[in-house]
Amino acid sequence: MIHLRGVIALLGRFPALAGVDLDVGPGEIVLLQGPNGAGKTTLLRLCGGLLAPSGGTASVLGVDLTGKRRQVRSRVGMVGHASGLYGDLTVAENVRFWARACGAGAQDVPAALDRMGVAHRLHDVPVARLSAGQRRRTSLAAVVVRRPELWLLDEPHAGLDQVGRDLVDTLITDAAGAGATVLVASHELDRIRPLNPRVVTLAGGVVHDDVAKRDPEVRGVQGSRAEDPAQAESAHGVRDPGVTGGMGAEDPTQAESAPGVRDPEAPKGKRDA
Amino acid sequence: MLRDAWLIAAKDLRIEWRSRVATNQVAPFAFLILVLFAFALDANSAALREFTPGLFWVAVLFSGMLAIQRSFSIESSDGVGDALLLSGIEPASMFLGKALAIFLQLLALEVILAVAVLVLYDAGIEDGVLFATTSLVAAAGVAAAGTLYGVLSVNLRVKETILPLLLLPVLAPVLIGATRAFNDALGTAAVDGWAWLGVLGLFAVIYIVFGSFAYGVLLEDS
Repeated sequence: MIHLRGVIALLGRFPALAGVDLDVGPGEIVLLQGPNGAGKTTLLRLCGGLLAPSGGTASVLGVDLTGKRRQVRSRVGMVGHASGLYGDLTVAENVRFWARACGAGAQDVPAALDRMGVAHRLHDVPVARLSAGQRRRTSLAAVVVRRPELWLLDEPHAGLDQVGRDLVDTLITDAAGAGATVLVASHELDRIRPLNPRVVTLAGGVVHDDVAKRDPEVRGVQGSRAEDPAQAESAHGVRDPGVTGGMGAEDPTQAESAPGVRDPEAPKGKRDA
Repeated sequence: MLRDAWLIAAKDLRIEWRSRVATNQVAPFAFLILVLFAFALDANSAALREFTPGLFWVAVLFSGMLAIQRSFSIESSDGVGDALLLSGIEPASMFLGKALAIFLQLLALEVILAVAVLVLYDAGIEDGVLFATTSLVAAAGVAAAGTLYGVLSVNLRVKETILPLLLLPVLAPVLIGATRAFNDALGTAAVDGWAWLGVLGLFAVIYIVFGSFAYGVLLEDS
């Protein structure tokens, strides 16, 4: 799903990534940790196709990022430091716009809003009037509705209350359970650890430590995440025991029914065409 | 492609409707320009009538600049630029959508300014069809060129000042063509307005076609 070899990414002249090697499979939850300026956000942006690699080879979701990075964008859901929302539009209008823009159906919008707790009182409130936490919830709803195959979350718990943080954790485990890959950049290690992530430490623009390389068993744990029926819930909170997803997906028709992730074999939306 | 273009245009227009920037700031600014021109020309009715076409289009260009800047400032706030890239919408659709929204705002602006010059400058329309067609084609040209240069400057630190510097020279042919065509439509000079409208149309088509292809490159590099 993600294969990076010696990837260099320049921000101006500064090598924000200075030779990253990383392999991540479907269904994995990867925690990117490291000090400020380690390259976590840059790595997320590169995986989302927003940055072109200046050196090395990079493939995400089977797409070579050196030449065709636009093709990967519509299959990625990203929540960064900024909300990615229009302040003058309401919560519902924003999520509906992004659903349509991504080629997803607007029929899933109410469920996504409801799931992130922004459906009722906040439904028609302009985003500019929301608190930081409410904006974060709306951003996540806009990602949920597009059913990404790759989730890129940059400090996803920031600004959220306890309920919101729990919601994010559920989103992450559900997405991975449905076969999507989740990359989380976070300084809140205690918050993420219960999700049993693979921990990758970045420092100075390179992978300083990768727990999967030290302990290959860890990857096995992550790879089987989607086979855990308790975690095979849909992104809309509907338990779907038939979903296996990930590398262990045995029945693509069942994986398709998981709203949390697009099935790669399913008929593709117009953005993937 | 057209569905996505309309999605972008509808979003932009909805935001403008909500924020009221166009109605509360751009339109009054345009009206103010006309009034200041009248002051500058010492409220000389004959001179104002004679120069109405040029004054009208200078007012459209200056106030249109505000609408273009506004259109791109909403795309550079709070990470929506990245979100738009991640949506996978084709750049040509984004270009057409942004240009369509600006075009419709310019048309509304032209209607307001037309009424203003008819009243303030005591101008009269002799060829209504030429007047309306010129307004449509010139608005399309300004919107297309403005969209192209808007995305070029959107992420620059000096975007507020660089956009007019880049855009106004490019719009010179539109200003000349539209003014000449209006000379004929308002009967202020003996020129072939339809021929100038053809020139204007040619530039509008060039801006639209070139913008559809170049927008993606500029978007990635901006």
